[in-house]
Amino acid sequence: MSIEIRNITKQFNGFHALSSVDLTVPSGELVALLGPSGSGKTTLLRIIAGLEFADTGSILFNGEEATHRGAKERRVGFVFQHYALFRHLNVFQNVAFGLQVKPRAERPSKREIRDKVHELLRLVQLEQLAGRYPAQLSGGQRQRVALARALAVEPEVLLLDEPFGALDAKVRQELRRWLRKLHDEIHVTSLFVTHDQEEALEVADRIVVMNEGRVEQSGTPEEVYDKPANPFVFNFLGNVNLFHGRVDGGAAKIAHISVDLPGHGDKDGAAVVAYVRPYDIEINRVRQGSEEIQAIVRHIQGAGAVARFELERLDSREIIEAELTRERYRELGLQTGDTVFVRPRNMRVFTQDYQI
Amino acid sequence: MHLPGGLKKTANEKPSAHRLTEPAPVRWVLTGMALLFLGLFLVVPLASVFSQALEKGFGAYLAAIREPDALAAIKLTLIAAGISVPLNLVFGIAASWAVAKFDFRGKSLLITLIDLPFSVSPVISGLIFVLLFGLQGWIGEWLSANSFKIIFAVPGIVLATIFVTFPFVARELIPLMQSQGRDEEEAALVLGAGGFTTFFRVTLPNIKWGVLYGVILCNARAMGEFGAVSVVSGHIRGLTNTLPLHVEILYNEYNFAAAFAVASLLAFLALLTLVAKSIAEWKVREQISAE
Repeated sequence: MSIEIRNITKQFNGFHALSSVDLTVPSGELVALLGPSGSGKTTLLRIIAGLEFADTGSILFNGEEATHRGAKERRVGFVFQHYALFRHLNVFQNVAFGLQVKPRAERPSKREIRDKVHELLRLVQLEQLAGRYPAQLSGGQRQRVALARALAVEPEVLLLDEPFGALDAKVRQELRRWLRKLHDEIHVTSLFVTHDQEEALEVADRIVVMNEGRVEQSGTPEEVYDKPANPFVFNFLGNVNLFHGRVDGGAAKIAHISVDLPGHGDKDGAAVVAYVRPYDIEINRVRQGSEEIQAIVRHIQGAGAVARFELERLDSREIIEAELTRERYRELGLQTGDTVFVRPRNMRVFTQDYQI
Repeated sequence: MHLPGGLKKTANEKPSAHRLTEPAPVRWVLTGMALLFLGLFLVVPLASVFSQALEKGFGAYLAAIREPDALAAIKLTLIAAGISVPLNLVFGIAASWAVAKFDFRGKSLLITLIDLPFSVSPVISGLIFVLLFGLQGWIGEWLSANSFKIIFAVPGIVLATIFVTFPFVARELIPLMQSQGRDEEEAALVLGAGGFTTFFRVTLPNIKWGVLYGVILCNARAMGEFGAVSVVSGHIRGLTNTLPLHVEILYNEYNFAAAFAVASLLAFLALLTLVAKSIAEWKVREQISAE
């Protein structure tokens, strides 16, 4: 089922949780709502679930008006951040709940419910724990019970609020791969909220980046990562270096580097900021040309597949973060205190209101 | 133990027990004081109630309890508790459900109102009803003209008991339900359960021990209430005397053995309450820690 969100606005006591949000989730996709805390992503998820109601705007399920449907009628599966398992019911009863509370006419027989629950518990690999109570399960197991419980009612949309937020790093990684695999198997339209960009990039088909109640950008992981629409998205998705400069004669001047800004000839003197990823920082021991910035190596973290550097610019004393492959690091033989020449590649320049 | 330089101490080495407690004499003195206090103010009075009650033998004890006025007092006490406890149970659950699970205007006012009977002296509570329903009261004339009797009759006693025991269930449940949050109710809602189903299948099972705890306290107070009931009862023997009032009358008539015999019933109730309360308390704590 596809979800369409049109111009949704929501206020809490004068605070704009969401301001005119538009969003389309195509049927069968796994979409991540990514943003810092307080960006409105959970509110948006709860509005889609029918747990909150928008002040203005509308929600369409499969093109059908659903704005005023209650949570009970929406046929969504919701996985809560802290699982919200029924503590007085065991795993089996938790998963069966949604089936048992159906109106008598729609309710499956006891035997059907039992078969269905066991099938779901097999799917989430918890069959042998059917008799346990939530308090007796680990975080990862609770999360999977919550997922099985949400799937039991065969929802047309699955909504997950920070599904891996409360788990430790290793379990989190396992579970998110597992969620991706599960989604490839059952293909239910899914929307999950996260503040972890790595998680969003790894799991989602599409990423919606949110900030301060607005959608900043939406697109495939490659699109939002490689072509960030604005400085916020650039900053939020991965580490980034900022180089400040000015417009001069139709080009951005950043230190000794000049980047063409076609059509900005009339904006002389305007401030610009160039964004560069740490792996787009080229480091040399000797000067290669005039477009380089001199810096001192302040800190080296050499463990792992990439070596990370903290460099201090000699001109402005600003810190530059850089990443080199292991081979390049060995080849240069860098030591703390060395003077190097730095050349940023793939600069993305933003002026106050324009993106070039 | 002393470690050279104090550097070799590792994480799995426990500090010796002595460092965490006071020296032995201090511990003995403190424990002894607590026990002495307990004995003086709880055990001795309790023992004396039972010994005084049985002073003239078991026969006299039974006779004092079986006496018609005593039986009437027991019956009235049971009626007052039997009406006020269920009413306060329903009210308490409804109020705490509203307070803990929903946001609305005037919520803090409601909480304050629930607490009101705690902050008012029981005698004043009784007086309020006399002022309302008494002969000189606001609607007293209309009541007597239509031959409704509230003050110095059973309805007054029940009303006063309800008022005094009003906060017990709600006060117990509000913090419990607030600590449990709304997540489970929301989960039930999304899974397609309606309001009633959610209440009976999710909310109520989660608070059942808290409910029991509140009911036990409410019942103990309902049966033991003296001040408010004393004001509205009129002390008519065999008609408007509850157990505590009956004890007072017997005592004022220097009928000590009978007074203590009846009092022992209340003391026995208190002991039962204590045991039931401990069990419920333990279950509530278990439920919270199961989080």
